[in-house]
Amino acid sequence: MLELKNISKIYNPGSVTEMCLFDDFNFTVNDGDFVSVIGSNGSGKTSMLNIICGSIPINGGEVLINGKCINRKKDFERYANIGRVYQNPAMGSCPNMTILENMSLADNKGKPFGLSFALNKKRFDFYREQLSALGLGLEDKLHVKMGALSGGQRQAVSLLMATLTPIDFLILDEHTAALDPKTAEIIMELTNKIVTEKRLTAIMVTHNLRYAVEYGSRLIMMDKGQIILDKQGEEKKSASIDDILEIFNRISIECGN
Amino acid sequence: MLDLIISTLTQGFIYAMLSFGIYITYKILDFPDLTVDGSFPLGAAVTAVLLVKGVNPYLTLLAAVAVGAVAGFVTGFIHVRLRVRDLLAGIITMTALFSINLQIAGSNLSVARSVETIFTAAPTMAVLGSLTLIQRKLIVSLIIMIVCKILLDLYFKTKNGFLLKAVGDNNALVTTLAKDMGRMKIIGLSLSNALVALSGSVVCHEQRSFSSMMGTGQMVFGLAAVIIGTTLFKRMSFVKGTTAVIAGSVVYKACIQIAISLGLPANLLKLITAVLFLAILVLGNIEKGSVKKSVRA
Repeated sequence: MLELKNISKIYNPGSVTEMCLFDDFNFTVNDGDFVSVIGSNGSGKTSMLNIICGSIPINGGEVLINGKCINRKKDFERYANIGRVYQNPAMGSCPNMTILENMSLADNKGKPFGLSFALNKKRFDFYREQLSALGLGLEDKLHVKMGALSGGQRQAVSLLMATLTPIDFLILDEHTAALDPKTAEIIMELTNKIVTEKRLTAIMVTHNLRYAVEYGSRLIMMDKGQIILDKQGEEKKSASIDDILEIFNRISIECGN
Repeated sequence: MLDLIISTLTQGFIYAMLSFGIYITYKILDFPDLTVDGSFPLGAAVTAVLLVKGVNPYLTLLAAVAVGAVAGFVTGFIHVRLRVRDLLAGIITMTALFSINLQIAGSNLSVARSVETIFTAAPTMAVLGSLTLIQRKLIVSLIIMIVCKILLDLYFKTKNGFLLKAVGDNNALVTTLAKDMGRMKIIGLSLSNALVALSGSVVCHEQRSFSSMMGTGQMVFGLAAVIIGTTLFKRMSFVKGTTAVIAGSVVYKACIQIAISLGLPANLLKLITAVLFLAILVLGNIEKGSVKKSVRA
Protein backbone atom coordinates (compact mmCIF):
# COMPACT_ATOMS: atom_id res chain seq x y z
CA MET A 1 0.00 0.00 0.00
CA LEU A 2 1.22 3.44 -0.89
CA GLU A 3 0.07 6.48 1.02
CA LEU A 4 0.69 10.16 0.52
CA LYS A 5 -0.25 11.92 3.76
CA ASN A 6 -0.73 15.68 4.17
CA ILE A 7 1.76 16.42 1.43
CA SER A 8 2.66 20.04 0.87
CA LYS A 9 4.80 21.10 -2.03
CA ILE A 10 5.79 24.68 -2.73
CA TYR A 11 7.84 25.54 -5.79
CA ASN A 12 10.38 28.37 -5.48
CA PRO A 13 9.53 29.16 -1.83
CA GLY A 14 10.28 32.70 -0.72
CA SER A 15 10.59 34.13 -4.23
CA VAL A 16 8.18 36.12 -6.40
CA THR A 17 7.47 33.01 -8.45
CA GLU A 18 6.42 31.06 -5.35
CA MET A 19 3.76 28.53 -6.27
CA CYS A 20 1.98 26.26 -3.87
CA LEU A 21 1.02 23.10 -5.74
CA PHE A 22 0.01 20.72 -2.95
CA ASP A 23 -1.45 21.83 0.35
CA ASP A 24 -2.50 18.92 2.57
CA PHE A 25 -2.68 16.47 -0.31
CA ASN A 26 -3.77 12.92 0.51
CA PHE A 27 -3.81 9.89 -1.74
CA THR A 28 -3.81 6.16 -1.08
CA VAL A 29 -3.11 3.38 -3.55
CA ASN A 30 -4.07 -0.13 -2.44
CA ASP A 31 -2.17 -3.22 -3.50
CA GLY A 32 -3.32 -4.44 -6.88
CA ASP A 33 -4.78 -1.09 -7.95
CA PHE A 34 -4.10 0.02 -11.49
CA VAL A 35 -4.71 3.74 -11.21
CA SER A 36 -5.05 6.01 -14.22
CA VAL A 37 -4.35 9.64 -13.44
CA ILE A 38 -5.65 12.39 -15.70
CA GLY A 39 -5.67 16.15 -15.44
CA SER A 40 -4.61 19.24 -17.35
CA ASN A 41 -1.04 20.49 -17.49
CA GLY A 42 0.13 21.85 -14.16
CA SER A 43 -2.47 19.91 -12.19
CA GLY A 44 0.28 18.08 -10.28
CA LYS A 45 0.25 14.62 -11.88
CA THR A 46 3.94 14.39 -12.65
CA SER A 47 4.85 16.19 -9.42
CA MET A 48 2.94 13.50 -7.56
CA LEU A 49 4.95 10.77 -9.27
CA ASN A 50 8.18 12.63 -8.57
CA ILE A 51 7.25 12.96 -4.91
CA ILE A 52 6.57 9.21 -4.68
CA CYS A 53 9.91 8.42 -6.33
CA GLY A 54 11.84 11.00 -4.33
CA SER A 55 12.94 12.92 -7.43
CA ILE A 56 11.82 16.22 -5.87
CA PRO A 57 11.82 17.28 -2.21
CA ILE A 58 8.58 18.02 -0.34
CA ASN A 59 7.87 20.79 2.14
CA GLY A 60 5.70 18.72 4.44
CA GLY A 61 3.83 15.48 4.88
CA GLU A 62 4.77 11.84 4.58
CA VAL A 63 5.17 9.24 1.86
CA LEU A 64 4.46 5.77 3.24
CA ILE A 65 4.93 2.36 1.68
CA ASN A 66 3.18 -0.46 3.55
CA GLY A 67 2.88 1.89 6.49
CA LYS A 68 6.56 2.78 6.61
CA CYS A 69 7.65 6.34 6.05
CA ILE A 70 10.16 6.60 3.20
CA ASN A 71 10.69 10.38 3.34
CA ARG A 72 14.34 9.97 4.23
CA LYS A 73 15.09 7.47 1.51
CA LYS A 74 16.97 8.83 -1.50
CA ASP A 75 15.51 8.38 -4.96
CA PHE A 76 17.76 5.47 -5.93
CA GLU A 77 16.91 3.65 -2.68
CA ARG A 78 13.18 3.97 -3.35
CA TYR A 79 13.56 2.43 -6.80
CA ALA A 80 14.45 -0.86 -5.13
CA ASN A 81 10.66 -1.40 -4.92
CA ILE A 82 9.58 0.80 -7.81
CA GLY A 83 9.78 0.42 -11.58
CA ARG A 84 9.34 3.46 -13.77
CA VAL A 85 8.73 4.08 -17.45
CA TYR A 86 9.20 7.63 -18.67
CA GLN A 87 7.51 9.63 -21.38
CA ASN A 88 10.72 9.78 -23.38
CA PRO A 89 11.45 6.29 -24.75
CA ALA A 90 15.19 7.05 -24.59
CA MET A 91 15.07 7.34 -20.79
CA GLY A 92 14.39 3.68 -20.11
CA SER A 93 17.53 2.09 -21.52
CA CYS A 94 21.14 2.73 -22.54
CA PRO A 95 21.31 3.72 -26.22
CA ASN A 96 24.93 2.62 -26.72
CA MET A 97 24.40 -0.80 -25.19
CA THR A 98 22.74 -3.75 -26.90
CA ILE A 99 19.29 -5.11 -26.04
CA LEU A 100 21.02 -8.06 -24.41
CA GLU A 101 23.24 -5.82 -22.28
CA ASN A 102 20.26 -3.69 -21.28
CA MET A 103 18.24 -6.76 -20.35
CA SER A 104 21.06 -8.10 -18.21
CA LEU A 105 21.35 -4.76 -16.42
CA ALA A 106 17.62 -4.81 -15.66
CA ASP A 107 17.79 -8.47 -14.68
CA ASN A 108 20.37 -7.68 -12.02
CA LYS A 109 18.28 -5.01 -10.30
CA GLY A 110 18.17 -5.62 -6.58
CA LYS A 111 21.38 -7.66 -6.62
CA PRO A 112 24.90 -6.34 -6.15
CA PHE A 113 26.69 -5.09 -9.25
CA GLY A 114 30.02 -6.68 -8.47
CA LEU A 115 32.90 -8.07 -10.46
CA SER A 116 31.20 -11.17 -11.83
CA PHE A 117 30.51 -11.28 -15.56
CA ALA A 118 27.41 -9.37 -16.54
CA LEU A 119 26.20 -11.56 -19.39
CA ASN A 120 24.92 -14.91 -18.22
CA LYS A 121 24.28 -17.32 -21.11
CA LYS A 122 21.81 -19.28 -18.98
CA ARG A 123 19.51 -16.27 -18.91
CA PHE A 124 19.54 -15.62 -22.67
CA ASP A 125 16.58 -17.92 -23.33
CA PHE A 126 14.63 -16.18 -20.61
CA TYR A 127 15.36 -12.78 -22.23
CA ARG A 128 14.34 -14.13 -25.65
CA GLU A 129 11.12 -15.51 -24.20
CA GLN A 130 10.32 -12.19 -22.51
CA LEU A 131 11.13 -10.22 -25.65
CA SER A 132 9.11 -12.48 -27.91
CA ALA A 133 6.10 -11.90 -25.64
CA LEU A 134 6.24 -8.28 -26.81
CA GLY A 135 5.44 -9.52 -30.30
CA LEU A 136 7.81 -7.07 -31.98
CA GLY A 137 10.41 -9.56 -33.21
CA LEU A 138 13.02 -8.15 -30.83
CA GLU A 139 14.09 -11.62 -29.68
CA ASP A 140 16.14 -11.87 -32.90
CA LYS A 141 17.83 -8.52 -32.32
CA LEU A 142 19.60 -9.24 -29.04
CA HIS A 143 22.88 -7.79 -30.28
CA VAL A 144 21.40 -4.61 -31.75
CA LYS A 145 22.11 -1.39 -29.89
CA MET A 146 19.07 0.16 -28.21
CA GLY A 147 19.79 3.46 -29.95
CA ALA A 148 19.10 1.82 -33.31
CA LEU A 149 15.52 0.87 -32.36
CA SER A 150 12.39 2.93 -32.95
CA GLY A 151 10.72 4.83 -30.12
CA GLY A 152 7.96 2.25 -29.84
CA GLN A 153 10.39 -0.67 -29.70
CA ARG A 154 12.48 1.13 -27.12
CA GLN A 155 9.44 1.90 -25.00
CA ALA A 156 8.37 -1.74 -25.15
CA VAL A 157 11.81 -2.83 -23.95
CA SER A 158 11.76 -0.10 -21.27
CA LEU A 159 8.47 -1.48 -20.02
CA LEU A 160 9.88 -4.98 -19.97
CA MET A 161 13.06 -3.85 -18.21
CA ALA A 162 11.12 -1.92 -15.57
CA THR A 163 9.07 -5.01 -14.70
CA LEU A 164 11.67 -7.75 -15.17
CA THR A 165 12.42 -8.10 -11.46
CA PRO A 166 9.78 -8.15 -8.70
CA ILE A 167 8.62 -4.64 -7.80
CA ASP A 168 5.88 -3.26 -5.57
CA PHE A 169 4.88 -0.38 -7.80
CA LEU A 170 5.03 0.45 -11.45
CA ILE A 171 5.08 4.15 -12.29
CA LEU A 172 4.05 5.05 -15.83
CA ASP A 173 4.71 8.69 -16.59
CA GLU A 174 2.78 9.49 -19.80
CA HIS A 175 4.61 6.56 -21.30
CA THR A 176 2.59 6.53 -24.52
CA ALA A 177 2.61 10.30 -25.11
CA ALA A 178 5.66 10.39 -27.38
CA LEU A 179 4.47 7.58 -29.65
CA ASP A 180 2.30 7.54 -32.75
CA PRO A 181 -1.33 6.45 -32.17
CA LYS A 182 -0.84 2.91 -33.44
CA THR A 183 2.35 2.28 -31.49
CA ALA A 184 0.80 3.90 -28.43
CA GLU A 185 -2.06 1.41 -28.72
CA ILE A 186 0.40 -1.53 -28.84
CA ILE A 187 2.34 -0.25 -25.83
CA MET A 188 -0.88 0.33 -23.89
CA GLU A 189 -2.04 -3.23 -24.63
CA LEU A 190 1.36 -4.54 -23.52
CA THR A 191 1.21 -2.48 -20.36
CA ASN A 192 -2.19 -3.87 -19.51
CA LYS A 193 -0.97 -7.40 -20.20
CA ILE A 194 2.15 -7.04 -18.05
CA VAL A 195 0.32 -5.34 -15.18
CA THR A 196 -2.39 -8.01 -15.20
CA GLU A 197 -0.09 -11.01 -15.61
CA LYS A 198 2.41 -9.90 -12.98
CA ARG A 199 -0.35 -8.56 -10.72
CA LEU A 200 1.41 -5.23 -10.34
CA THR A 201 0.23 -2.15 -8.53
CA ALA A 202 0.51 0.58 -11.11
CA ILE A 203 0.02 4.32 -11.33
CA MET A 204 -0.33 5.61 -14.87
CA VAL A 205 -0.39 9.28 -15.75
CA THR A 206 -1.90 9.84 -19.16
CA HIS A 207 -3.40 12.54 -21.34
CA ASN A 208 -5.36 9.97 -23.27
CA LEU A 209 -8.82 9.94 -21.68
CA ARG A 210 -9.78 6.81 -23.57
CA TYR A 211 -6.87 4.83 -22.08
CA ALA A 212 -7.80 6.15 -18.66
CA VAL A 213 -11.38 4.94 -19.07
CA GLU A 214 -10.63 1.63 -20.81
CA TYR A 215 -7.69 0.44 -18.76
CA GLY A 216 -7.02 0.17 -15.08
CA SER A 217 -9.17 -0.48 -12.05
CA ARG A 218 -9.35 3.06 -10.78
CA LEU A 219 -9.43 6.51 -12.29
CA ILE A 220 -8.55 9.79 -10.67
CA MET A 221 -8.64 13.29 -12.08
CA MET A 222 -6.44 16.02 -10.68
CA ASP A 223 -6.82 19.75 -10.83
CA LYS A 224 -4.68 22.43 -9.18
CA GLY A 225 -3.08 19.97 -6.81
CA GLN A 226 -6.29 18.27 -5.75
CA ILE A 227 -8.04 15.06 -6.62
CA ILE A 228 -11.42 16.13 -7.95
CA LEU A 229 -12.61 12.75 -9.16
CA ASP A 230 -11.92 9.24 -7.89
CA LYS A 231 -13.78 6.33 -9.44
CA GLN A 232 -13.11 2.70 -8.66
CA GLY A 233 -14.77 -0.69 -8.86
CA GLU A 234 -18.16 -0.75 -10.56
CA GLU A 235 -18.22 3.02 -10.73
CA LYS A 236 -15.03 2.96 -12.78
CA LYS A 237 -16.32 0.21 -15.07
CA SER A 238 -19.48 2.12 -15.87
CA ALA A 239 -17.69 5.41 -16.48
CA SER A 240 -17.93 6.59 -20.06
CA ILE A 241 -15.45 8.73 -21.89
CA ASP A 242 -18.12 11.40 -22.46
CA ASP A 243 -18.78 11.87 -18.74
CA ILE A 244 -15.09 12.20 -18.05
CA LEU A 245 -14.59 14.55 -20.95
CA GLU A 246 -17.39 16.76 -19.72
CA ILE A 247 -15.83 17.12 -16.28
CA PHE A 248 -12.46 17.65 -17.87
CA ASN A 249 -13.82 20.42 -20.09
CA ARG A 250 -15.54 22.08 -17.18
CA ILE A 251 -12.33 22.41 -15.15
CA SER A 252 -10.43 23.51 -18.23
CA ILE A 253 -12.97 26.27 -18.86
CA GLU A 254 -12.70 27.36 -15.25
CA CYS A 255 -8.98 27.70 -15.78
CA GLY A 256 -9.70 29.92 -18.75
CA ASN A 257 -8.50 27.53 -21.44
CA MET B 1 66.02 5.61 -37.24
CA LEU B 2 64.95 2.24 -35.82
CA ASP B 3 65.74 3.53 -32.35
CA LEU B 4 63.52 6.52 -33.02
CA ILE B 5 60.64 4.27 -34.03
CA ILE B 6 61.13 2.09 -30.98
CA SER B 7 61.20 5.05 -28.62
CA THR B 8 58.12 6.55 -30.27
CA LEU B 9 56.27 3.25 -29.80
CA THR B 10 57.45 3.11 -26.19
CA GLN B 11 56.11 6.60 -25.59
CA GLY B 12 52.87 5.65 -27.28
CA PHE B 13 52.45 2.60 -25.05
CA ILE B 14 53.27 4.44 -21.82
CA TYR B 15 50.86 7.25 -22.62
CA ALA B 16 48.23 4.74 -23.71
CA MET B 17 47.69 4.02 -20.00
CA LEU B 18 46.99 7.71 -19.40
CA SER B 19 44.65 7.59 -22.37
CA PHE B 20 42.82 4.55 -20.90
CA GLY B 21 42.14 6.72 -17.87
CA ILE B 22 40.76 9.50 -20.01
CA TYR B 23 38.79 6.98 -22.04
CA ILE B 24 36.98 6.02 -18.84
CA THR B 25 36.12 9.56 -17.79
CA TYR B 26 35.58 11.25 -21.15
CA LYS B 27 34.16 8.48 -23.28
CA ILE B 28 32.38 6.26 -20.77
CA LEU B 29 31.41 8.57 -17.90
CA ASP B 30 31.11 11.72 -20.02
CA PHE B 31 33.03 13.58 -17.31
CA PRO B 32 35.63 16.23 -18.28
CA ASP B 33 38.23 15.35 -15.67
CA LEU B 34 41.04 17.87 -15.26
CA THR B 35 42.48 15.99 -12.28
CA VAL B 36 44.70 14.27 -14.85
CA ASP B 37 47.14 17.19 -15.08
CA GLY B 38 47.75 16.74 -11.36
CA SER B 39 47.48 12.98 -10.92
CA PHE B 40 49.96 12.24 -13.72
CA PRO B 41 52.85 14.12 -12.02
CA LEU B 42 51.59 12.78 -8.67
CA GLY B 43 52.32 9.25 -9.87
CA ALA B 44 55.75 10.39 -11.05
CA ALA B 45 56.52 12.29 -7.83
CA VAL B 46 55.68 9.36 -5.59
CA THR B 47 57.71 7.05 -7.84
CA ALA B 48 60.75 9.34 -7.89
CA VAL B 49 60.82 9.71 -4.12
CA LEU B 50 60.36 5.98 -3.54
CA LEU B 51 63.05 5.10 -6.08
CA VAL B 52 65.49 7.51 -4.48
CA LYS B 53 64.71 5.93 -1.11
CA GLY B 54 65.59 2.54 -2.53
CA VAL B 55 62.12 0.98 -2.62
CA ASN B 56 61.62 -1.99 -4.96
CA PRO B 57 60.96 -0.41 -8.38
CA TYR B 58 58.01 -2.71 -9.15
CA LEU B 59 56.32 -1.68 -5.92
CA THR B 60 56.49 1.98 -6.94
CA LEU B 61 54.05 1.19 -9.73
CA LEU B 62 51.51 -0.07 -7.21
CA ALA B 63 52.13 2.94 -4.97
CA ALA B 64 51.42 5.25 -7.93
CA VAL B 65 48.20 3.38 -8.70
CA ALA B 66 47.09 3.81 -5.10
CA VAL B 67 47.78 7.56 -4.86
CA GLY B 68 46.22 8.12 -8.29
CA ALA B 69 43.05 6.36 -7.15
CA VAL B 70 42.95 8.60 -4.08
CA ALA B 71 43.28 11.72 -6.28
CA GLY B 72 40.38 10.50 -8.44
CA PHE B 73 38.36 9.71 -5.35
CA VAL B 74 38.84 13.27 -4.08
CA THR B 75 37.59 14.77 -7.35
CA GLY B 76 34.65 12.38 -7.31
CA PHE B 77 33.85 13.21 -3.71
CA ILE B 78 33.98 16.96 -4.40
CA HIS B 79 31.70 16.56 -7.42
CA VAL B 80 29.23 13.99 -6.12
CA ARG B 81 28.97 14.60 -2.41
CA LEU B 82 29.81 18.31 -2.24
CA ARG B 83 27.91 18.99 -5.48
CA VAL B 84 30.55 21.02 -7.26
CA ARG B 85 30.40 21.09 -11.07
CA ASP B 86 32.46 18.37 -12.77
CA LEU B 87 34.96 20.68 -14.46
CA LEU B 88 35.52 22.72 -11.29
CA ALA B 89 35.89 19.63 -9.12
CA GLY B 90 38.76 18.48 -11.36
CA ILE B 91 40.37 21.93 -11.38
CA ILE B 92 40.26 22.10 -7.58
CA THR B 93 42.01 18.74 -7.18
CA MET B 94 44.50 19.53 -9.94
CA THR B 95 45.45 22.84 -8.32
CA ALA B 96 45.79 21.25 -4.90
CA LEU B 97 47.90 18.45 -6.36
CA PHE B 98 50.38 20.94 -7.79
CA SER B 99 51.36 21.97 -4.26
CA ILE B 100 51.16 18.42 -2.98
CA ASN B 101 53.53 17.24 -5.73
CA LEU B 102 55.97 20.01 -4.79
CA GLN B 103 55.76 18.88 -1.17
CA ILE B 104 56.41 15.27 -2.14
CA ALA B 105 59.29 15.69 -4.57
CA GLY B 106 60.18 19.38 -4.90
CA SER B 107 60.13 21.10 -8.26
CA ASN B 108 62.63 18.68 -9.80
CA LEU B 109 63.96 15.34 -8.68
CA SER B 110 66.32 13.15 -10.66
CA VAL B 111 66.88 9.49 -10.00
CA ALA B 112 70.60 8.64 -10.04
CA ARG B 113 71.94 6.22 -12.67
CA SER B 114 72.87 3.80 -9.90
CA VAL B 115 69.24 3.38 -8.84
CA GLU B 116 67.46 0.45 -10.42
CA THR B 117 64.24 1.05 -12.33
CA ILE B 118 61.68 -1.38 -13.74
CA PHE B 119 63.79 -1.40 -16.91
CA THR B 120 67.07 -2.31 -15.23
CA ALA B 121 66.15 -4.28 -12.10
CA ALA B 122 67.30 -7.90 -11.75
CA PRO B 123 63.98 -9.65 -12.63
CA THR B 124 63.69 -7.64 -15.86
CA MET B 125 67.34 -8.33 -16.74
CA ALA B 126 66.86 -12.04 -16.08
CA VAL B 127 64.25 -12.22 -18.82
CA LEU B 128 65.28 -9.43 -21.18
CA GLY B 129 68.97 -9.14 -20.35
CA SER B 130 70.10 -9.79 -23.90
CA LEU B 131 68.29 -6.70 -25.21
CA THR B 132 69.49 -3.11 -25.24
CA LEU B 133 67.99 -0.63 -22.76
CA ILE B 134 65.84 1.00 -25.40
CA GLN B 135 64.42 -2.37 -26.45
CA ARG B 136 63.79 -3.35 -22.85
CA LYS B 137 61.88 -0.10 -22.34
CA LEU B 138 59.66 -1.00 -25.26
CA ILE B 139 58.96 -4.55 -24.06
CA VAL B 140 58.38 -3.65 -20.40
CA SER B 141 56.09 -0.74 -21.26
CA LEU B 142 54.20 -2.95 -23.67
CA ILE B 143 53.71 -5.63 -21.03
CA ILE B 144 52.46 -3.20 -18.38
CA MET B 145 50.15 -1.55 -20.91
CA ILE B 146 48.75 -4.88 -22.15
CA VAL B 147 48.09 -6.04 -18.59
CA CYS B 148 46.13 -2.81 -17.98
CA LYS B 149 44.24 -3.26 -21.22
CA ILE B 150 43.26 -6.86 -20.47
CA LEU B 151 42.17 -6.02 -16.93
CA LEU B 152 40.11 -3.09 -18.21
CA ASP B 153 38.50 -5.15 -20.96
CA LEU B 154 37.57 -7.77 -18.37
CA TYR B 155 36.21 -5.09 -16.04
CA PHE B 156 33.97 -3.70 -18.77
CA LYS B 157 32.38 -7.14 -19.04
CA THR B 158 31.48 -7.31 -15.37
CA LYS B 159 28.24 -6.15 -13.81
CA ASN B 160 30.05 -3.23 -12.25
CA GLY B 161 31.57 -2.34 -15.62
CA PHE B 162 28.12 -2.42 -17.22
CA LEU B 163 26.81 -0.11 -14.55
CA LEU B 164 29.70 2.29 -15.16
CA LYS B 165 28.86 2.37 -18.87
CA ALA B 166 25.20 2.94 -17.98
CA VAL B 167 26.10 6.00 -15.86
CA GLY B 168 27.58 7.72 -18.90
CA ASP B 169 24.96 6.42 -21.29
CA ASN B 170 21.77 7.10 -19.33
CA ASN B 171 22.13 7.90 -15.67
CA ALA B 172 18.36 7.92 -15.11
CA LEU B 173 18.41 4.19 -15.74
CA VAL B 174 21.06 3.65 -13.07
CA THR B 175 18.80 5.41 -10.57
CA THR B 176 15.81 3.25 -11.51
CA LEU B 177 18.05 0.19 -11.08
CA ALA B 178 18.22 1.34 -7.46
CA LYS B 179 21.93 2.13 -7.69
CA ASP B 180 23.67 5.33 -6.60
CA MET B 181 25.12 6.81 -9.78
CA GLY B 182 27.29 9.15 -7.70
CA ARG B 183 29.09 6.15 -6.23
CA MET B 184 29.75 4.78 -9.71
CA LYS B 185 31.15 8.14 -10.80
CA ILE B 186 33.55 8.07 -7.86
CA ILE B 187 34.62 4.52 -8.75
CA GLY B 188 35.17 5.53 -12.38
CA LEU B 189 37.22 8.59 -11.44
CA SER B 190 39.38 6.58 -9.04
CA LEU B 191 40.03 3.91 -11.65
CA SER B 192 40.80 6.53 -14.27
CA ASN B 193 43.28 8.48 -12.17
CA ALA B 194 44.92 5.28 -10.94
CA LEU B 195 45.78 4.52 -14.57
CA VAL B 196 46.92 8.10 -15.18
CA ALA B 197 49.23 7.99 -12.17
CA LEU B 198 50.57 4.61 -13.30
CA SER B 199 51.42 6.19 -16.63
CA GLY B 200 53.20 9.02 -14.77
CA SER B 201 55.10 6.46 -12.74
CA VAL B 202 56.37 4.60 -15.82
CA VAL B 203 57.39 7.93 -17.39
CA CYS B 204 59.40 8.66 -14.24
CA HIS B 205 61.13 5.25 -14.51
CA GLU B 206 61.83 5.91 -18.16
CA GLN B 207 63.19 9.45 -17.79
CA ARG B 208 64.70 8.93 -14.33
CA SER B 209 63.31 12.29 -13.32
CA PHE B 210 60.30 14.12 -11.98
CA SER B 211 59.38 17.68 -12.81
CA SER B 212 56.50 19.57 -11.24
CA MET B 213 55.60 20.84 -14.71
CA MET B 214 55.28 17.45 -16.33
CA GLY B 215 51.50 17.35 -15.90
CA THR B 216 50.79 20.34 -18.10
CA GLY B 217 48.85 19.36 -21.18
CA GLN B 218 48.55 15.67 -20.30
CA MET B 219 44.78 15.79 -20.31
CA VAL B 220 44.87 17.29 -23.78
CA PHE B 221 47.18 14.52 -24.92
CA GLY B 222 44.92 11.83 -23.51
CA LEU B 223 41.79 13.37 -24.99
CA ALA B 224 43.46 13.62 -28.38
CA ALA B 225 44.57 9.98 -28.23
CA VAL B 226 41.06 8.84 -27.28
CA ILE B 227 39.40 10.90 -30.00
CA ILE B 228 41.91 9.89 -32.70
CA GLY B 229 41.62 6.25 -31.73
CA THR B 230 37.86 6.08 -31.57
CA THR B 231 37.51 8.08 -34.80
CA LEU B 232 39.96 5.81 -36.64
CA PHE B 233 38.03 2.69 -35.72
CA LYS B 234 34.49 4.01 -35.52
CA ARG B 235 33.34 1.94 -38.49
CA MET B 236 34.83 -1.22 -37.00
CA SER B 237 32.63 -2.00 -34.05
CA PHE B 238 34.51 -5.22 -33.27
CA VAL B 239 37.61 -3.19 -32.29
CA LYS B 240 37.53 -2.63 -28.53
CA GLY B 241 37.67 0.91 -27.21
CA THR B 242 40.93 0.19 -25.41
CA THR B 243 42.57 -1.08 -28.60
CA ALA B 244 41.49 2.07 -30.43
CA VAL B 245 42.92 4.19 -27.62
CA ILE B 246 46.32 2.45 -27.89
CA ALA B 247 46.37 3.18 -31.62
CA GLY B 248 45.36 6.78 -30.97
CA SER B 249 48.12 7.22 -28.43
CA VAL B 250 50.80 5.80 -30.75
CA VAL B 251 49.58 7.85 -33.72
CA TYR B 252 49.54 11.04 -31.71
CA LYS B 253 53.01 10.46 -30.26
CA ALA B 254 54.23 9.72 -33.78
CA CYS B 255 52.77 12.99 -35.10
CA ILE B 256 54.58 14.93 -32.40
CA GLN B 257 57.81 12.98 -33.04
CA ILE B 258 57.59 13.78 -36.75
CA ALA B 259 57.05 17.47 -35.98
CA ILE B 260 60.18 17.45 -33.79
CA SER B 261 62.19 15.54 -36.41
CA LEU B 262 61.22 18.15 -38.98
CA GLY B 263 63.04 20.71 -36.84
CA LEU B 264 60.23 22.11 -34.70
CA PRO B 265 61.64 24.06 -31.74
CA ALA B 266 60.87 22.29 -28.47
CA ASN B 267 59.35 25.52 -27.10
CA LEU B 268 56.56 25.27 -29.65
CA LEU B 269 55.70 21.70 -28.72
CA LYS B 270 52.66 22.50 -26.57
CA LEU B 271 51.40 24.91 -29.22
CA ILE B 272 51.55 22.17 -31.83
CA THR B 273 49.91 19.76 -29.37
CA ALA B 274 47.08 22.23 -28.85
CA VAL B 275 46.61 22.98 -32.56
CA LEU B 276 46.64 19.29 -33.45
CA PHE B 277 44.15 18.64 -30.70
CA LEU B 278 41.86 21.40 -31.90
CA ALA B 279 41.88 19.94 -35.40
CA ILE B 280 41.02 16.49 -34.07
CA LEU B 281 38.36 17.87 -31.75
CA VAL B 282 36.60 19.73 -34.55
CA LEU B 283 36.61 16.57 -36.66
CA GLY B 284 35.48 14.54 -33.65
CA ASN B 285 32.70 17.02 -32.86
CA ILE B 286 31.27 16.68 -36.33
CA GLU B 287 31.37 12.92 -35.85
CA LYS B 288 29.85 13.08 -32.39
CA GLY B 289 27.09 15.42 -33.49
CA SER B 290 25.91 13.02 -36.14
CA VAL B 291 26.00 10.08 -33.72
CA LYS B 292 23.97 11.94 -31.09
CA LYS B 293 21.38 12.91 -33.66
CA SER B 294 20.93 9.35 -34.84
CA VAL B 295 20.57 8.17 -31.26
CA ARG B 296 17.86 10.70 -30.54
CA ALA B 297 15.83 9.91 -33.63
